[in-house]
Amino acid sequence: MKHIKTISKKPIDHKTRKGGCGECQTSCQSACKTSCTVGNQTCEQKK
Amino acid sequence: MDVNSGSVHSLDKEGYDVFSAVMKNHDDLRSADKNTAIKVFKNEIEGSDCEQARETLEELVYLTENDELFSDAPDILLEDDLKKARPVIKALCLHVAHDCNLACRYCFAEEGEYHGKRELMNFHTGKKALDFLISKSGGRKNLEVDFFGGEPLMNFEVVKEIVAYGRELEKKAGKHFRFTLTTNGVLLNTEVNDFLNKEMDNVVLSLDGRREVNDKMRPFRNGSGSYDYIVPKFQSFVKSRGDKKYYLRGTYTGNNLDFTEDLLHMADLGFSEISIEPVVTEPKEPYAIRKEDIPRICKEYDKLAAIQSQREAKGNCFHFFHFMIDLESGPCITKRLKGCGSGTEYLAVAPNGDLYPCHQFVGRDEFLMGNVDAGIVNKEIAERFLSCSVLTKKECKDCFAKFYCGGGCMANAWNSKGDINAVYGIGCELERKRVECALMLQASRVSPD
Repeated sequence: MKHIKTISKKPIDHKTRKGGCGECQTSCQSACKTSCTVGNQTCEQKK
Repeated sequence: MDVNSGSVHSLDKEGYDVFSAVMKNHDDLRSADKNTAIKVFKNEIEGSDCEQARETLEELVYLTENDELFSDAPDILLEDDLKKARPVIKALCLHVAHDCNLACRYCFAEEGEYHGKRELMNFHTGKKALDFLISKSGGRKNLEVDFFGGEPLMNFEVVKEIVAYGRELEKKAGKHFRFTLTTNGVLLNTEVNDFLNKEMDNVVLSLDGRREVNDKMRPFRNGSGSYDYIVPKFQSFVKSRGDKKYYLRGTYTGNNLDFTEDLLHMADLGFSEISIEPVVTEPKEPYAIRKEDIPRICKEYDKLAAIQSQREAKGNCFHFFHFMIDLESGPCITKRLKGCGSGTEYLAVAPNGDLYPCHQFVGRDEFLMGNVDAGIVNKEIAERFLSCSVLTKKECKDCFAKFYCGGGCMANAWNSKGDINAVYGIGCELERKRVECALMLQASRVSPD
């Protein structure tokens, strides 16, 4: 690719159906408590 | 950025000009599906006699064919899956102390009392909360319990008893408790530090930044400032913590829209893991964040991101919670759609054992779900929270950041619109800006030029 550089390739996996494994941290248990950010949560399956 | 796949691409000047021109010439391309987009790009290739333009267009076709641009949205079946999935409870916020030794002016807990009276949780109630969590956790192994308040260290002996009980219980039940605690630091000492370092997966330390900013909003009950008393305690605690997780968490208000200075002040005090959040309060309060503040705040996030990038390059970086978006993998689509899980996976427990959808709803009678003895009695509340997701919020439909905020904070939505299935507009604007900055930071790491 000459003109386009990919920085992040398909991080959102739409095939993970069945409700996820649910083992990850709840977002409000991390630092926010008054907003909601899930994009910075870590997947337990990918640790 | 391709919203649905999360793919992020950087274009050179020629590529950007070509892409912009195509988008400008085809108004409907922004909402086009994959096949339509490919058709448009191929038509443009045929009609172009510029080699550079054709190169870019061919690259756009390649990315689109590989679902890295114009990829499909989650389908309607996924919404059905989410409704059918009966989530188990995996996290509790234990309000062990509805009392506080500070009198923070913006406290949504009304100086720790949450629309009620001062009250401490007893061990018996804490024990039943852990039993309730285990009984409702299904196949989940990792369970989270956050000690919250008020100031939880005002009930330190009970915190220790609950943790000791949890450690026994997890062995018998084949589970693992991840304990966390949020503190204002007033009661930290060597004994408390040792306990927290041994037992807490994460500790959130509350400080707003510069002395004058912190002391204006976070005074002791006698009105004197808390900064000088607390900062050395936090420094000592973090030093003792080694590489275990902590966050220094501040709140910014209309009084300090230059909050980058506060964050940098915290970094210069020696803290590397930092979050700073916009205040949540009634619009009538003089320090509330207002719609007209948004452009100023967005510039501040830009400034913060630029400084973080510079410090990263020099190797003396801090980590700002909201810029730490994982662009390589991150959470699964279910988590991205469901958000925080309040009222379904995550509940708050008041000192008397009453259950609420989250810590921000505690003390609001219309959100009382049950108690640790009887469990969830008002199932209608749980159903309402279960039915909320990014897919059900109309404001999320065209938002590029929707898979990073999970639809936003439902308590903020309720406070601003009286509807948990709505969104808090100011919060959305700020979240979009933070995601944009996080993307910029990631791009600058990959392409420093």
